[in-house]
Amino acid sequence: MDGHQALGRYGEDLAARYLCDRGMTILERNWRCAEGEIDLVALDGDCLVICEVKTRRGTGAGDPLEAVTWQKARRLRRLAAAYLRTRPGSVPDVRIDVIGVLARPGSRPLVRHVVAVGA
Amino acid sequence: MSAKLGRTLCVALSGLDGRIVDVEAHISAQLPHFSVTGLPDKACGQAPDRVRSAAATSGFPLPPQRITVNLSPASIPKQGTGFDVAIALAVLGAAGVVDARRISRVVHLGELGLDGTVRGVRGILPAVLAAARSGMRHVVVPPVNLAEAQLVDGVTVHSAPDLATLVGWYAVRGGVDPLPVALPVRGESEGARRHVDLGDVVGQPEARLAVELAATGEHHLLMNGPPGVGKTMLAERLVTILPPLTREQALQTHAIRSLTGDEIRASELDLTPPFVAPHHSASIASITGGGSGVVLPGAISRAHCGVLFLDEAGEFKTSVLQQLRQPLESGEVTIARARQLVSLPARFQLVLATNPCPCGRAWGKGVDCSCSALELRSYQAKLSGPLVDRVDIQVVVPPVASAAFAEERGETSAAVLDRVLAARGAQRERWSEHGWPTNARVPGHVLRRRPWRLPASVTGAVDRALDLGQLTLRGYDRTLRLAWSSADLFGRSVPTSEDVGLAYTMRSQGRAAA
Repeated sequence: MDGHQALGRYGEDLAARYLCDRGMTILERNWRCAEGEIDLVALDGDCLVICEVKTRRGTGAGDPLEAVTWQKARRLRRLAAAYLRTRPGSVPDVRIDVIGVLARPGSRPLVRHVVAVGA
Repeated sequence: MSAKLGRTLCVALSGLDGRIVDVEAHISAQLPHFSVTGLPDKACGQAPDRVRSAAATSGFPLPPQRITVNLSPASIPKQGTGFDVAIALAVLGAAGVVDARRISRVVHLGELGLDGTVRGVRGILPAVLAAARSGMRHVVVPPVNLAEAQLVDGVTVHSAPDLATLVGWYAVRGGVDPLPVALPVRGESEGARRHVDLGDVVGQPEARLAVELAATGEHHLLMNGPPGVGKTMLAERLVTILPPLTREQALQTHAIRSLTGDEIRASELDLTPPFVAPHHSASIASITGGGSGVVLPGAISRAHCGVLFLDEAGEFKTSVLQQLRQPLESGEVTIARARQLVSLPARFQLVLATNPCPCGRAWGKGVDCSCSALELRSYQAKLSGPLVDRVDIQVVVPPVASAAFAEERGETSAAVLDRVLAARGAQRERWSEHGWPTNARVPGHVLRRRPWRLPASVTGAVDRALDLGQLTLRGYDRTLRLAWSSADLFGRSVPTSEDVGLAYTMRSQGRAAA
């Protein structure tokens, strides 16, 4: 595992803890299919949350959230659909969230959570 | 989430007409995105990229959230980069960097560089005029456009070199200091740099008289003569003997210059009438105005309240010359676009200069002329018909003999201008109740009827020419108009047979040679 992947893993851990702290249940981590990967799948009450996590060490290349372009948001929708197909039964509500983690060396990581991104 | 809203003002221009635009910005918790709605054109729609960079380099990075900017009323087209500053401040107001209340009643104009500098844009003067007419009190303009903005009365003009300075003015934590007012720009006005005088013209007494008569009655003028006899010189000097512009007219001519992007250096109006001389290869759009997207004023609008000089008039494309007819009648030009109709003022005095033939040597007996009969005919056909029919004075400018050099310096512009001003006064007195400022604008039939009908003893020569078919009725009317100008110039209350005779020669002479 190189530094880049380690950072991603670190951000995902942080994001998972963040969601748990807000009373959500983590269903899956790094769920994979032919279309790609979903970082986190959680349950917020009745609502299924498909969550993408972006981690950066600084804002030199822009804010972590800026890395999620509209193309990426659309891909998340397709992934959400793919995940739902594999799940038996119906889900009352689905939404897609993005979590940006800014982990500047030497300071506390900053977690920013965007709920229900449009695509 | 609490509503994050910022709001400030800008101006959308359509020709010279400006309309106040509300620039609203909203920030919402979404993936980072920055969009502008409300019919921006390409340049205006690219504002987000400039604003984002300018804000970041000025030390106020935009929040990584969804930013929506609306330019309201959203249905009128917004053109150009002049909305950048207003968009940046509205967004920073929504983000809480500047006090949203303090920017909401100030009009902000200008483009932003990526480093946050405020750059100049076209059309600041008409935009500030529109803001003042809409009752706005404060306008912030780019430093390079400061002089033209200060020409407008009734509005306080401010100017900041960059976005950081502007943010400093409106900072939330800063007090409520009034905006710093910009000092007037001292500079040399265009008029002071013009050094032409009618005294420079050697000889040419008839042509000088023709130019003087043109200035007196605002008549259009055609000069016909071989190359190098001073036609261009005379035309350039016509503006030096025209009455200075009124404040209102000068504001209009400056507003047109501002639209074309011409730099205005002093915050003092230049009252010299404009002189515009397009080259004969000019296109229709460059003469009448137009262009893709933004409608820019053409030569006829730039010559508004002044002189439009067409040198080598016969070399202009016929289609271009025909475009002049409608503005000559109405004093304005209307340019139609899919989304808008733009009207620009275009009341100009037309001065045409032409050579007698394509080679320019068909002079006197014309033995040196190398043009074929066909060339001669098509050259002359170009300048006949409806356009030249509207030209009251048509004179021949002969070559100068060396004897003329001995002559002292001709009469100066200042001396001639005094006579012209007196003659204009007489015309104003005579026609003011009808609303015609000068003889050239008096409808033809008026001069043929009571109480302005001249006795037959005075009009004998032209009556005969009319009966013999040497003069059309329209030509007859124009001769009378010119006769009145001649009388005004020489201080006579009513034209005499000499005035009518002079007017008739001034009218027929050029035509005969053309």
